[in-house]
Formats: sequence, C-alpha cells, structure tokens
Amino acid sequence: MKTLVIYLMADPETPDLARSAVEGGADVLEIGFPFSDPLADGPLIRRAGERALARGMRTRQCLEVLARTRELVPATPLLPMTYSSLLEAYGWERFAADVAGAGGTSMIVPDLPAGEKPEVRRVQLVAPTSTDERIAYAGKQTDGWLYLVALTGTTGARDDLSPALAGLVERARRLVEVPLYAGFGISTPDQAHAAAELADGVVVGSRAVQVAEDGPAALQAYVSTLRSAIDAV
Amino acid sequence: MPAPGAGMSVGSTAGAFGAYGGRYVPETLVPALDELEQGWRDALADESFHAELHDLATTYAGRPTPLTLAERFAPGKRIYLKREDLLHTGAHKLNNALGQAVLARRLGKRRIVAETGAGQHGVATATVCARFGLDCVVYMGEEDMRRQKPNVERMGLLGAEVRGVDFGTKTLKEATSEAIRDWITNVGTTHYLIGSCVGPAPYPELVAELQSVIGREARDQLLAVEGRLPEAVVACVGGGSNAIGIFHGFLDDDVRLIGVEAAGAASLGSGRAGVLHGARSSILADEDGQIADAHSISAGLDYPGVGPEHAYLRDTGRAEYLGATDAEALAAFGDLARTEGIIPALEPAHALARARELDAELILVGLSGRGDKDLAEVLALR
Repeated sequence: MKTLVIYLMADPETPDLARSAVEGGADVLEIGFPFSDPLADGPLIRRAGERALARGMRTRQCLEVLARTRELVPATPLLPMTYSSLLEAYGWERFAADVAGAGGTSMIVPDLPAGEKPEVRRVQLVAPTSTDERIAYAGKQTDGWLYLVALTGTTGARDDLSPALAGLVERARRLVEVPLYAGFGISTPDQAHAAAELADGVVVGSRAVQVAEDGPAALQAYVSTLRSAIDAV
Repeated sequence: MPAPGAGMSVGSTAGAFGAYGGRYVPETLVPALDELEQGWRDALADESFHAELHDLATTYAGRPTPLTLAERFAPGKRIYLKREDLLHTGAHKLNNALGQAVLARRLGKRRIVAETGAGQHGVATATVCARFGLDCVVYMGEEDMRRQKPNVERMGLLGAEVRGVDFGTKTLKEATSEAIRDWITNVGTTHYLIGSCVGPAPYPELVAELQSVIGREARDQLLAVEGRLPEAVVACVGGGSNAIGIFHGFLDDDVRLIGVEAAGAASLGSGRAGVLHGARSSILADEDGQIADAHSISAGLDYPGVGPEHAYLRDTGRAEYLGATDAEALAAFGDLARTEGIIPALEPAHALARARELDAELILVGLSGRGDKDLAEVLALR
C-alpha cells in the first residue's frame, strides 16, 4: 500500500478541506504555513501563500488551524511545512513544541538542509543533486520518512514526471532504511501512478492547492483519483 | 576576522560570523555550494587565479582607483573619497563580478544568473559575461527597471537577458528570490553570481574577499598621502558589499568603521535576527518572521536584509551603523556634484551625508558608484 501525501496552504477553510482530502484517500497532510519569500516554491504555492498572508495567516493563526484540523482528522499525520524565518522568529524549540501541542506529527522546513540545526526534528529532503553521503546522512537524521525532491527546481506541476526520480530512488534505497516519498512536479493521476511505482509514497502540492480553491467536494474528488492511481500499482 | 564557514558536506555551517551566516537553502543547492566553496578554496591557493584577477583589475577594470580629497564638499575636514565610481561600469560591483566570473569558468559553468537592484551589479555581471562569452540572465524588479532605466538598456546592449519580476515589492528582494529559484532549477549548468555579501555560505565571505581590494588600496593610498590612518571609514550599506570591502582594509586598525543605511531600509539599525535568502542575519521582518518592505529612494539600498558579517561587526561593536534619510542623501548628492564636480550614486550619497557631519577630521568615504543612473529619478523629484 503506497502512501498519499497532500499539501494544503493554511487558511481558515483548511480543516474542512483536510477532512475532504482524507475522505478522498489522503494518508498524510502537509499544512503550509505561508512565508513572504518561499525560495523552494513555484508561482502557484507562492501566490497561495501571498493570499493567506493577506488574510492574516501568521504563525499563531496557522497553529490554530493545525489544532482544528487535528480535531477533524484525528488519525492522519499532520506536518507543517514552512520556512526557517518563521521558526527563527517564533523560537525553534517553542515552534516544535507548539506544533506538537497542536497535534502536529513532525514538520518539513525546505530551506533547512540536513546538517543545519540537527537538533530540530523534521522530515529531511534529498534531491537529485544530493551526494550519496548526504542522502545517507539525511536518512539517519530524518523523522519517519525521507522526502525525495523528484526534480531540480521549485514546486509546481510539470508535463512529465521527472526522469531524475528513478535514479534518486535507486540510490536512496541503497543508502537509507526509512520509507521514501516523492514530491515536486507530481500533479496528475498518471504521474502519481508512475511515481508510486518507484517510491513508497507520493506528495502532491501545487495542484491540490489549486483544486482546493474550488472547495472540499472538488478536492475530495481529485484526491480520490490520485488514490485510485497509486492503488493500481 | 571571523572564521569562514567550513565546507562540510554534511555538517552545520552555523557560526561562520558568530550567530550569523549559515546555509538556509533548499537541499538541491547544497552540493553546488560545497562545490563552490571547494573551488573558491582551490582558487585562493592558486597563484594563477590571483594573477588573472590582478591582470583583469589593471588592464580591464581600471584599478587602482584614485583617492580624491573633497576639500570643498567638507571645509575644515579632510574627507577622502575612494573613487569606485571611476571603475569600469561605474561602480565597485565589477570587482566581485570579475572574480566570480573567473571562478565560474574554473568550475566549468557557462551560464550566469544574477539579481540586481540599482542595476549596477546587473551591468557588472552583463559586462563580465560579455567579456568571457558566458550566457547571462539578470532578474530585476519591475519597480527598479522603471527607476533605473539606463542600466536596463545597458544590460541589453551587453547581451544579457533582463527578466522583470512583477510580484511582491517588485524590487531587489523579489529579484534575489527569483534568481535563487532559477539557480535551483538550472544548478547543473549555472553559477549564481550574487551581487552582495549576502546569501548562503560561502558567498558572504567570497564577496567580501573580492571587494576587500577597495580597503587594501585605500589604506595604502591614504598612508602615502597623509602618513597616517583615517579616524573613520564611512560607507553605505544595502547588502553591504562595498562597505565590507573597504572595512576589511582596516579591521585590525584603531579606526572607526561606520556603515550608513537608508533610514527606510535599516536592516542593522532597526532589524531583528532572521533568515532571508539563505543566511541568518539582521533583517527587516515582523514579529512572525515575515519579511518587511524596505523603502529607499536608492534602489541599491532598498533591501530588507544585510550581509551576516555586518550583523556580526555590529554585535561585536567593531563597526557602528547609522541611517540617512532620502532627503539627506539627495542634499549630499547635489552638494558633491556642485562642490567637487563628482556626481555620486544615490547609495554613497547616504555615506557622504553622515561623513560630513561626523565628529572626526580625517575621514575615508567609499564612493561606491557614479550617479548617472540616478539622474532621471533625482530630476523628477526637483
């Protein structure tokens, strides 16, 4: 059984959207805490973040959204995904503690590569450019599973699944013990299926954020197509 | 001098400049930063690298730049201007661009990406790319493209592609983010030629070293003409590369080091510890860590971050940082033009504004660039 991870931007509607995503078949949810300058993100998530910030979604509000989401989806792992600047401002330890207190399972900080702040427990990311040494190190440091960045680039839909993913999975299999979930540039059921043939799980972000704008029913329908596609592996 | 960030492929780079610096970047870039750091160490140990830089500096860039005593600008003081405005392309930015272009060639990178605010770094980058036959893409905020139009035209003439950035503040902050995103996407072929002493390790240290020629030259020149060191060295600070370059000549001397920020973009004067564009430094941000908008008439200072070494020098007390308003900079801009026949860029006009009222007699000012690019903006305000 492959794992389906869905990313949603933190907004007042997020708890309801999260419940729909889980009903559609999501196993894990990432909750984006918006940042003004998100270096790892392409235009779609950047714009979603700008809108969330304009609606007043600051760290405290995002933590409240996380807590309300936890009430609606009691059994689903929830991971805030955000940038170092927010943790620096809030306090690194305090942030981790308050995420856990709000029901968060772990977190993802895409501009905090393995080796920086090793005391901060998080899901580590590796990329096609990562050396074997860094993949092995990230695999040791990571919290639960390893996030495979499938392409060299920022988040966002692409026409085809990255050809770099297969090689990255092959190397990571040799070097680490934990489950491998692939993300970046995966948006269609076909791409999710192809990625799930390689990795243990698939992360879908930008397209999920886009579909979520049409409401919980649209999101649930979209997630269920992804679920079917990866279950066919 | 602080210990440089060590090139450890799996270790932390924290502590490069006290609590500042580091590598807060997506994993995709870490191997490239390791490669850059190794290439930089190899180059520094290679006499042929230094010889090539020296040759380019003297035969192409116009080094050494002169020191000019500005007697009429500041009667009763001895203010010396370090004339980086006379460097090829009209600003100190070329020192860094030449060095990094030579480094990029050593690393086998044929494509260069850069950000620019005032356009001086973009022009310097476009220039070195033309000189070495490298592909060049420069990201520039659309607001800056409007107020620094001549530099946009110069970049085009030099063969660079200027890509406008139309979101957020539409200034240097977003241009830098987009340049980094481009680098993430094209990291295999591309060198990111960052324009200031900001960004992830090893960039702050690398840029400071390439700009330190300003301080070394100025120190020798001042000793030759005055027989003593200045009481104070004053330079404007946006990202802080010309200031760090001139400060580096005097770090071990009993000389006051004074950085002057734009009052509306005082990352050191009114900022807080935070993370922006790959480094922990002092930045303008709200209490949640969201980056704040900077405001300055000078596009080159209109940036909410600053190099981590400046935050370190501030905290240790080795350097002090003051502010100058748009109006004060404009007044100094006009006064230098009329009293000395030198039209400065608006950026160093901030340094001139503070230097002339400083409680010191012998002062060295970094005149980091010339003001041609600012004429339309200044004339429109009159």
